Order: sequence, then C-alpha cells, then structure tokens
Amino acid sequence: MIRQINRVTGVIILLLLALIVNLSYIQVFKAGDFRGQSGNQRVTLTEYSRERGPILLASQAIAESTPTNDSLKYLREYADGSIYAAITGFYSVVYGATGIESEENSVLAGNDSRFFVDRLQQLFANREPKGGAIRLTIDPDAQIAAMKALNGRTGAVVAIDPTTGAILALASSPSFDPNLLSSHDAGDIQANYEKLNADPDQPLLNRPLAMTLPPGSTFKLVTAAAALESGKYSADSELPGPSKINLPGTDVQLGNWNGKSCGADDVTSLQSALEISCNTAFAWLGMELGADAIDEQAKKFGFDSEFGVPMNAAVSRFPVDPNQPQTAMSAIGQFDVRATVLQMAMVAAGIANDGVVMKPYLVSQVLGPDLTVLQSTNPSAFGRAMSIENSRILRDMMVGVVENGTASKARIPGISVGGKTGTAENAPGEPAHAWFVGLAPSSQSKVAIAVVLQNGGGASEVSGNALAAPIAASVMRAILNK
Amino acid sequence: MTETLNRYRVSTRRSAELVLLVGAWLIGVFAWILVDSATGESSLGGWTSLLSAGLLLLITHGVVRWQAPYADPLLLPSVAALNMLGLAMIHRLDIAAAQRAISNGSPMPTPDVYLQLTWMLLGLVAFILILIFVTDHRRLQRFTFTAGFAGIVLLFFPLLPFIGSEINGARLWINVLGFSFQPGELAKVALTIFFAGFLVSRRHSLALIHNKILGVGVPRAKDLGPLILVWFAALLVLILERDLGTSLLLFGLFIVTLYVATGRRSWVLIGAGLLTVGGSLAYFAFGHVRIRFNIWLDPFADANGSGFQIVQSLYGFANGGIFGTGWGQGYPQLVPFAKTDFITSALGEELGLMGLIAILLLFAIVVERGARAAVATRDPFGNLLAIGLTAVIGIQTFIVIGGVTRLVPLTGLTTPFLSYGGSSLIANYIIIALLIRISNAARAPEVSDADLVLRQDDVSD
Repeated sequence: MIRQINRVTGVIILLLLALIVNLSYIQVFKAGDFRGQSGNQRVTLTEYSRERGPILLASQAIAESTPTNDSLKYLREYADGSIYAAITGFYSVVYGATGIESEENSVLAGNDSRFFVDRLQQLFANREPKGGAIRLTIDPDAQIAAMKALNGRTGAVVAIDPTTGAILALASSPSFDPNLLSSHDAGDIQANYEKLNADPDQPLLNRPLAMTLPPGSTFKLVTAAAALESGKYSADSELPGPSKINLPGTDVQLGNWNGKSCGADDVTSLQSALEISCNTAFAWLGMELGADAIDEQAKKFGFDSEFGVPMNAAVSRFPVDPNQPQTAMSAIGQFDVRATVLQMAMVAAGIANDGVVMKPYLVSQVLGPDLTVLQSTNPSAFGRAMSIENSRILRDMMVGVVENGTASKARIPGISVGGKTGTAENAPGEPAHAWFVGLAPSSQSKVAIAVVLQNGGGASEVSGNALAAPIAASVMRAILNK
Repeated sequence: MTETLNRYRVSTRRSAELVLLVGAWLIGVFAWILVDSATGESSLGGWTSLLSAGLLLLITHGVVRWQAPYADPLLLPSVAALNMLGLAMIHRLDIAAAQRAISNGSPMPTPDVYLQLTWMLLGLVAFILILIFVTDHRRLQRFTFTAGFAGIVLLFFPLLPFIGSEINGARLWINVLGFSFQPGELAKVALTIFFAGFLVSRRHSLALIHNKILGVGVPRAKDLGPLILVWFAALLVLILERDLGTSLLLFGLFIVTLYVATGRRSWVLIGAGLLTVGGSLAYFAFGHVRIRFNIWLDPFADANGSGFQIVQSLYGFANGGIFGTGWGQGYPQLVPFAKTDFITSALGEELGLMGLIAILLLFAIVVERGARAAVATRDPFGNLLAIGLTAVIGIQTFIVIGGVTRLVPLTGLTTPFLSYGGSSLIANYIIIALLIRISNAARAPEVSDADLVLRQDDVSD
C-alpha cells in the first residue's frame, strides 16, 4: 500500500508541476500575444490609469487628460476639438485612437523607450507615471482661418512652410468634435460614432491626407515644370493655343473653358497659357513632352511616394502608360491623375523652395513628462524637383496668374502671391472640384498652400478662383501677418 | 518506566508550527496593507478582521497543541497562508466592486470579506470539533456506510424543491437561513471516508478473488457492487446538477483509493477508459458539456460570448506576467467569478507567475505532508483515508487551476482555501483536521497497551 501511496503522491505533484509549466507558458511566452489582443480591456485601462501627455501647439494644449472619479482615471479633452480634429484624431475606449493620438501613442502613453530614465525616476520618487507630450508645427491662426474659411463646406486645406516642410495648417471640413468619442460612456461613444459614420458628408474622413481627387488645372504647374526642366521651353516659348484641338486617334475635341482661343492667331506663350489656364496649349505641351517626362516630374514632387506626417497620406498617382489622348488629358490634370491636397501643397512648396521638396511633418518636438525636449524634428529634403532657375521662372509665372490671370481672388495687398486655380471635372453630371494651389511671398516664400472644395462646396457655378482662392488668401494672410 | 518514555520521546514541533502560523498570518497582513495602500482605501474594519483571523488561528493552534501534539507542523500553517491570501484577494475585489459602484452611482455592494471571515471562523470551529471529538481516526471506519449514505444525501440535497437553488446553470447549492451552501463539498469528505472504509474491508478479496470473464479477472459483484452503486449514484446526481467539477473529482478519488487499496494498476487503466467513455458520452449527450469542451479547444472563437470567462482569465494571467502588477494594481475584477472559481487568475494577475508558483508550492506541501501521514500511519484505514483526503485537495486544485488556465476544460470548482465560499472552506478545514489527526497518530510515541491491541489487525500489511 505504501508504494501505491507514493506513486499517487508523485502523480499529484506532477499535476501541480504541469500547472506551473502551463502558467509559465501563459504568463511568460504567450503574455505578449494576449496583451496585444484587441478586446483586451486591460491595455486600455492601463493606458487610462496614467496621465496621458498633452498635444501642444506653440503655446497651448489642444488635447490633454484631466483626472476623473471613475475607473478610467483620466478623461481626454480637446480644446476647440473640431478645429483640430483632422490632426489630433480621437482617443476612444471603444474605437481606439486615430491621428496623432494613434501615431504618437507610445510617447503620449509614456511607453516610449526614450522615457526609460524618466520611468526610473518616477519609480524611485514614487510618482504616478505620466506620458510625454507632442508639440506640433500647426499655426493656430492659420488653422482657425482655414476652418473658418471652409465654413462647413466639404473641402480641405493644407499649408506648408516650404523651407522646412512643417505643416502649418491641416484642415478637413466638415469636421467633428473628438470629445464626442473620448468620453467614458461606451453607449454615448457608440451612438455618436454611428451618427458621424452615417453622415453623407463623412466628417470622420481626413480629407487633406486620405482623399485623392483629380487636381485639374493645378496640375498644369507640374506640366509647366516638366516643360522648363526639359530645357526646350522657357516662359516665353510659343505654344499653339487654339480654342479646341482634336485628340489624336479619337473623335474627342478638347476645348478651353471659355471656348475661346488662347491668343492672337491661336498662338500663346507658356507664361500666358498658365495665366489663363489654356487647356489646348497644355494638352499639346503634354503630348510634346510625353507621358514619361510628366510622370517623372510628378514623381519628383512626391507622386507615387508614401508620406507619413506621421499619419500616412494616400499615394498620389499619375496614370501608367497613357496613350496620346490620355497623356493630353493627364497634362491638364484630368483623366486618371489623382492627388491628395497635401501633394498639391507639396508641388507649390517645391516651387517655392527653389526647387527642393521638403518632407512634410506635423510633429516639431517630442517632450518628456516634465516637458523637457527629448527630440526636435530636423527638416529633411525629399529631393530636388527643379533647378533653382526654373523654380524662379515658374514662381514668377504663378505670380502672373494671380496678378493678371485666373487667380485674382488670391491677391493679398502688399504681398506678391503666386498661384494656380483648378476646376477639376468629376464624374459626369456632378459638380467639379474647385482647387487653388499657391505660395507667398513669391521672392522668399513662407507658405505654400493647397485648397480644395469638393464638388465646388455646393456652389452653383464652380470655379477655383471664386471658391478656393479666397480661402487660400485668408489662410496665407493669417500666416504672413506676423 | 520513565526511562522508556524518554527513549520514545518525540519532538512535538509545536513551536515550529506556531512560528510558521505567525508567518502565514503576516503574509495575509502585509497583503492586506499593500491592497489598501495601492487602492487608496483603508478602514478600521481591516484591522479588526486581521486581528480576529490571527486570534482564530492562534486558538486553533492551541487546540492542536492540546489534542494532537505530535501532528505534522506544516499542514495548518500552509492552509492558513492560503486562507489569508484568499481573504486579502477577496478584500481587494471588494474594493474594486465598491469603486465601480461609486463611479456608476449604483448602491454600495456588501463586502464579501467579512462573510468569508465568518466562514473561516466556522471552518476553524469545525476543525477544532473534529480534533476534539475524533480522538482516533480509526473510529471513523465504523461509520463507513453511514458516511456513504450521508455523502449521497448531501449530493442529492440541491435537487430538492424549496431549499435547492440553481446558480449559473448548475444546481449545486442549497439555501438555508439565507445562506447558500454547496453540500457537494461536504459530500466529498463523507465519500472519502466511505471509499476508505469499504475498500479496507474488501481490499484482499478485491485484489485476489476474481471471476474470469473473457479471460479477464473481474472482482466479484459482492465485493464491488456497493462501491459501483455509490459511485454511479454520485455521478447521476452530478449529471442532473450539471456539476462537472465534482464529478471529475469524485472519479479521481474513486480511482486513487481503488488503486491504493488493491495495488492493481489495471484499475487505473480501467478508470482512464471509463473516463474517456464517460467523457465522450457526456460530450454527445449534454449541450453544456459540448460547449465547455469547445470553449477549451478555442476560447477565442467566441471571446465575447461563451469564451468570455476563460479569455478574460488568460488576459489576467498575461497582464500579471512574471512578477505581477502588485496587490491592488491590476484589473482582476474584469474576470467573472474572480472571488470564487477564478481567484487564481486574480492572484496570477497581481502576484504574477512567482506568486502563483509560491501558492502551488503551498498546495504541494499540503499534498506531500498529507501523503507522509498516509505512509506513516500504522493502520490501513488510516493509510487509505489520508491518501484519499490528500488526493481530494490535490486533484481539486488541479481541476480548478487547470481549468482557469486552459490546461484542461473548465468545469467549475472552488480553489481550496483561496476561493470565497463557506462550504468549501469548512469541508477543506475538516479534511486538514482529519489529516492532522492521522499524522498525530503516525508520529505519536506508542505508549498504551490499548493501542497495541487496536493495532493487531495491521500485521498483514
């Protein structure tokens, strides 16, 4: 009987040992997997138990955490939430995080490896751990001006400091209040989210970054740049500019927006073709340059590349292997050319910055919990899109567009503004998109900007000059009046 | 005569027990203090609870000194440490429930820790009564059939109208005077006494006399019949009550005692075969068994539905990692039934793998010490009873902790000494009292002739 008792004991001890082995497997090897599982509330709760760091502009916080009395110890609050929603995103118990809240989560939540020393200090000082802060490049005056000018119409604005790539304004309209999604009431959050998600105007869509549209005539800047860079054209080069041209191999006739020819004897210059946005001249130019040359120029401005600002922007595209008529249409920003508002601002910024395109960014500084600067963003170049001389020529041509041409409503008294309007045709029967792409001041640009009003923002007659240029003017004024 | 006595003097080791018991109590005290400081709660009630728990343990120690001076010194401190850890975790979960009520603006829940403390008191009273009234464990053999009958009756109780009650789909509680009680916990003690008593009287015939059926030796119906009957009745009741955990436990107990009594390994094989057959039949016959089994295979398939408990439990363990979040700093309240079946995931989250290993080592000590008493006692009934009771604690621990960690399908049992629940605590303190009684008999010096007379039937062993 003794031997049997010993055996039974041995088996029971082995069973207990099996529990330990299994627990080691769960708590050591599988722990990471389980922690990362969506639906594991503990991750959210742990994050909420710590004071999440603020999102700052130069002098104010646009998102910060305030202590509460419930189980989630901090509430995320957004000052002027709907103005900055496209930038901050939201931080929700139910739907996770978007925007800067998501991209910079490790800093804001305080998990970032850069905080190692801080965490140790907090541990020894027995202070509650706290997240770090993010400072943005956004200029509040520009951002407010952009949101005000958009005034709830569907559209977007991106303003960039062309010398650094710092994003000064990133506006998406209509917007939403992230406070609606960041409360601690899951039922409320769900109801608010479903309402926003069902809204046909898509307030949750980040238009400047996530949406690509045909850029229309604003793309003529790229075609003009390709022409100058080819070495075969100057601002004064003569181009054919009839009232309409036949697209080779088709019955399609491409005409000018006003149905008139672009100059005496159907001849115009590159300068004046840009000023009056002559479709026939640019279509001809596009076919002369060839799709490859325009494609290459577009890529130099950032088409076909991915940009994380840190939120990832959609990739802008020039059509692959278009035939002759498609190339003609593409040269004026129609057919399958698709660009984000950010991309068009980068085109303006490249021209403004003596031909060098800077990488766009939103985060200027990463700060520790005590707001000491841990890291500052160094501006970096994406690449050279044009020579210095050609960029100056194109800049002057853009000034001509505002001074003498189609973009009269972008003028700012006392400042030489350069720009290009666009009225991009959309699906048949739907109103066009109104665009404006510009820079100011032309000699030493401080701002490059792109504005779009989707479907003309609901206006009966769509024109980039009437609708988009005034928005750009007010944002540029807000930036330059400093 | 004095010389003879001195020669036989055995160290009682009561002082070691006292020191360890104080240590066990202090573990609970420190845990409680850490819980209060981490959650920012503190109340006078805590100290009166801790002091009364300490006093109770001290009185129990005094009774052991008086009634069983040669008893094993590790058994009581080990289970006391588990009991104190359980109290601290229940207190911690009470605080979580209170904080939740405050934030929801709902009425304050009554803390469970004071009731658990009352159950601890009743458990220790039962412990003391056993030590006082069962002066010799061999007397229990007389109650073999009474115990078997009592065990079945206890198991049947919850099926009775009016007093039986169904909680969470299992009908294994009875309501008496406003308290719900799980008679199955006491039944396991009664049935262990029955199995031990019955098998001791029949073990030779069971081992030696067989009817050959198809060339395989099968014990005579006369020898095996009552055993099968009791066992079958027990299982039937448990199927009706949907209490898979207790079924599995009694099955394990049945195989262990049969194997130890007869020394035949074939019983283990037959048992394993019966378990497979029974398990498969239950799988196809009962929806709830099928659900349990499928959850075990893939809890994440329905993580917010049927798999919710086990998934939350696994998240808790994962959150604890190696060292745990620390007392009061995790989210054990997110796991359903954290105070009862899932208290191990609560402990695993806040104390980590290290804490759980310590807890499992405490269980291992109880098992080893119980087995030591089983080996050392000089009567076969004592051998069998001690290993049976030890196996009950060991197997129950394995079934429940294996269940919440997804090592085996989740069946639902309390974790001995840790979980909230009166019946479990009282039954398990009775088991420890019996083991202490047996270990005392094993280690006590032989002095009286009466003892020698009583021991005569042991010669054959």
